[in-house]
Amino acid sequence: MSEVKEGLYYSESHEWIKVEGDCGYVGITDHAQQALGNIVYVDMPEEDDEVTQNEEFGAVESVKAASDLISPVSGKVTEINEALEDQPELINQDAFGNWIIKVELSDKGELDALMDAAAYEAYCNENL
Amino acid sequence: MKYYDKLIFEWSHEGRRGYSLPATPWSNTTDELPARLKRNTDTGLPEVSEPDVVRHYTNLSNMNFGVDTGFYPLGSCTMKYNPKINEEVAALPSFTSLHPLQPAETVQGALQLYYELNRALASLTGMAECTINPFAGAHGELTGLMVMRQYHMKRGDLKRTRIIVPDSAHGTNPASAAVCGLEVVEVKSTPQGTIDLNSLRPLLDDTIAGIMMTNPNTLGLFETEICEIASLVHECGGLLYYDGANMNPLLGVCRPGDMGFDIIHLNLHKTFSTPHGGGGPGAGAVGVAAHLTDYLPNPRVMRNEEGVFTVCDHEDAAGQISGFLGNFGVAMRAYAYIRSLGREYIRQVGPLAILGANYIKESLKDCYKLPIPGLCKHEFVFDGLINKETGVTTLDVAKRLLDYGYHSPTIYFPLLFHQSIMIEPTETESPETIDRFIEVMRLIADEATTEPELVKTAPHNTPIRRLDETTAAKHPVLRYAELSSEN
Repeated sequence: MSEVKEGLYYSESHEWIKVEGDCGYVGITDHAQQALGNIVYVDMPEEDDEVTQNEEFGAVESVKAASDLISPVSGKVTEINEALEDQPELINQDAFGNWIIKVELSDKGELDALMDAAAYEAYCNENL
Repeated sequence: MKYYDKLIFEWSHEGRRGYSLPATPWSNTTDELPARLKRNTDTGLPEVSEPDVVRHYTNLSNMNFGVDTGFYPLGSCTMKYNPKINEEVAALPSFTSLHPLQPAETVQGALQLYYELNRALASLTGMAECTINPFAGAHGELTGLMVMRQYHMKRGDLKRTRIIVPDSAHGTNPASAAVCGLEVVEVKSTPQGTIDLNSLRPLLDDTIAGIMMTNPNTLGLFETEICEIASLVHECGGLLYYDGANMNPLLGVCRPGDMGFDIIHLNLHKTFSTPHGGGGPGAGAVGVAAHLTDYLPNPRVMRNEEGVFTVCDHEDAAGQISGFLGNFGVAMRAYAYIRSLGREYIRQVGPLAILGANYIKESLKDCYKLPIPGLCKHEFVFDGLINKETGVTTLDVAKRLLDYGYHSPTIYFPLLFHQSIMIEPTETESPETIDRFIEVMRLIADEATTEPELVKTAPHNTPIRRLDETTAAKHPVLRYAELSSEN
């Protein structure tokens, strides 16, 4: 059903992070976008905002529900995906291709608390 | 059904009038207004004749679906039938011709009605006193939370700024708490759907103002550990707030006050059969325990020893939340409902509502997935169809119900499940109506297997087919001016 991508880290609240050097791109998973349905709005933080692991950094609204976005890591927001302001549906089209924020990680050790693709896939199947 | 979707503006012809008013002996008072208060643009009002207006609104009303036209199983909303005697009472000219600024001695009957409704609601809920001033359920929630804050502030306990809300709560609970300046702390549910005491205990400290609960909760389940929850919250110095959205099954059977709740609100437009939906107007009565009555919002209606009713203010009140004494016409309907049922029959409301809900649940659980088995109260939640192979979703089922002439149930709420479909029949439906609904729900489940495309493309028989909700949410066109400029 839903797709899981190798090489990313996953959280239990269905966010993914792709790490490149000291930075990471954060988005929501294909499973999350399917569960939400058509996304109509993405509420994003601003550049230079601080985010904290397991705390809210924004929200996604779909025709069904509004859901908090939970940050998989702590750090500083260095970029937001401005394309989502006008085209939030990009997440429905390709959840792994459309990141929401780019974060400069303050503690790479936090990644140990996240799941890899196989563990996340098992987690999703368990919670269906 | 004759299809009609015109806007009144489309009937407008320049210079057309319904009435010509006679010249008045008074001067045109706008001359005396300061320039900054005068409109210098066209009002843009439609110019139409009386038959145009009457036909327009009659045609629109014919497109409407309400509890007077058909079964309305909208979970969490208690869309019960509104007895017509309520309307008769609310239309009595001796009440409708009153002015809210009349001196109290000239409106004793209206104040008596307010007072007696207050007493009836207090005795049904186990509270000391109520206010009927708030205009709606969410307004009642805010009022109740303002009372809670006022209580802590008057005791000089200023650090209680956090409030516990279960993950199954109505969305208005965290919203009302945030408007009241409280920080929301979520408490998890157990797999059985009730509050998890082990998640609750660690949250209780001296920053907790209270907990907001619905009982039975949003899954239609009675919180059986409510007395334990009440004593834990009280021990930590917090108060218990009862969201009356689900009061219907308890009416006349058990009382939130006896369970330990300190503050409650009641949606008169749900439990007490006043009009609901399409903008109300609603009424969100708030009741409080004896130690909180001074904080109720002003004004309050009191009765003195001589039996005279007065309207008075209290200096410790949490403020004033409405201009006068609330939506008085709604209060009159609720009063008529309570008095026409009386003490004896009001007790049958809950058991009948519970019986209807359980009957539907048990009759459909072999086609729809029942995530939490067992006895429910007035409503229950399915997690979509059992057979998910054909990809028919809860949204499709809800749309297909429209084809069979039903209002859809609540869908995708609560958020605990992905395909929630929430059904509440209320006590007013006959066994035949309920059986027919069950039959149709089974038929749709069959169609989902044998002809999935039929369900996925529903509705087919309605004046308008499936709406584009995404565009409606992203680009809402709310004014005729926007519509005409887009065309």
